[in-house]
Amino acid sequence: MELFVFVCAAAMVLVGAVGVIVRNHPVHAALSLVLTLFGVAVLFVAQEAHFLAAVQVIVYAGAIVVLFLFVIMLLGVDNAEDLQLEPISVQRPLATIVGAGTLALLVTAVTQGADAVRSGSGAGLDDATVTGDPDSNIRQIGRDLFSNHVFAFELVSVLLVIAVVGTVLLSRRPDKLDASSEAAK
Amino acid sequence: MIAAIEPTATWYLVLAALLFCIGTVGVMVRRNPLVMFMCVELMLNAVNLSFVAFAKELGDVRGQTIVFFVMVVAAAEVVVGLGIIVAILRRKPQATADDMAELKG
Repeated sequence: MELFVFVCAAAMVLVGAVGVIVRNHPVHAALSLVLTLFGVAVLFVAQEAHFLAAVQVIVYAGAIVVLFLFVIMLLGVDNAEDLQLEPISVQRPLATIVGAGTLALLVTAVTQGADAVRSGSGAGLDDATVTGDPDSNIRQIGRDLFSNHVFAFELVSVLLVIAVVGTVLLSRRPDKLDASSEAAK
Repeated sequence: MIAAIEPTATWYLVLAALLFCIGTVGVMVRRNPLVMFMCVELMLNAVNLSFVAFAKELGDVRGQTIVFFVMVVAAAEVVVGLGIIVAILRRKPQATADDMAELKG
């Protein structure tokens, strides 16, 4: 059963990922991205990361892809790109070689180093079927987040505020920017 | 018989490596800035997947906590990146990655 889930989710992930880079229409690429993100969410559930699977669906598939689609439609860049056109002639073979090389390196590292990972050396993940508490995963993450990583959590909230303020500044129209700086003088 | 095979952490890590390399090739091949950005998201997701695989394998919840942080930073990155892309495309409609060479020395 677990194998079946893994194969189906892996197929979703890979088909979606290939779709992102071969579809010539940006909207189709964004929809392929949704397929990949859902596949990753399924794999998260298969590995007992229930909270992260929910966040993945809400934040990635919900917010980020909708943001992408908004920008595509807002700017009207939704015309198909001609993928036959290749501005730099050796670029694609080179990119394929670099990609295959990276893949070979990573797979070698993973298979060679499989013994280096000592299975179960941590404190253990709380499993809902064992503890009988359906919220055990989120409880464990929350406890870890607010005990060992409080400072990082606060820094991340500052980062989010900076990102929002920066984007509002970036996307203001230049003429309004001039008017407000005139007014400031 | 076949159903008795359980996917191990290695399977998940190899899948994450595949996803990461597809994202890398996408960033290098595509010219549309929005699609390049989506490929960066693919790479981030591959890293998240391997973090979760390690969390399961080692029985350590910190792997999942890190994924939480990666997701928040990815959301901030998308907001700022799309803001920059909107600003560029407003000045130069239909710009591709080749047209953004103004900062080139």
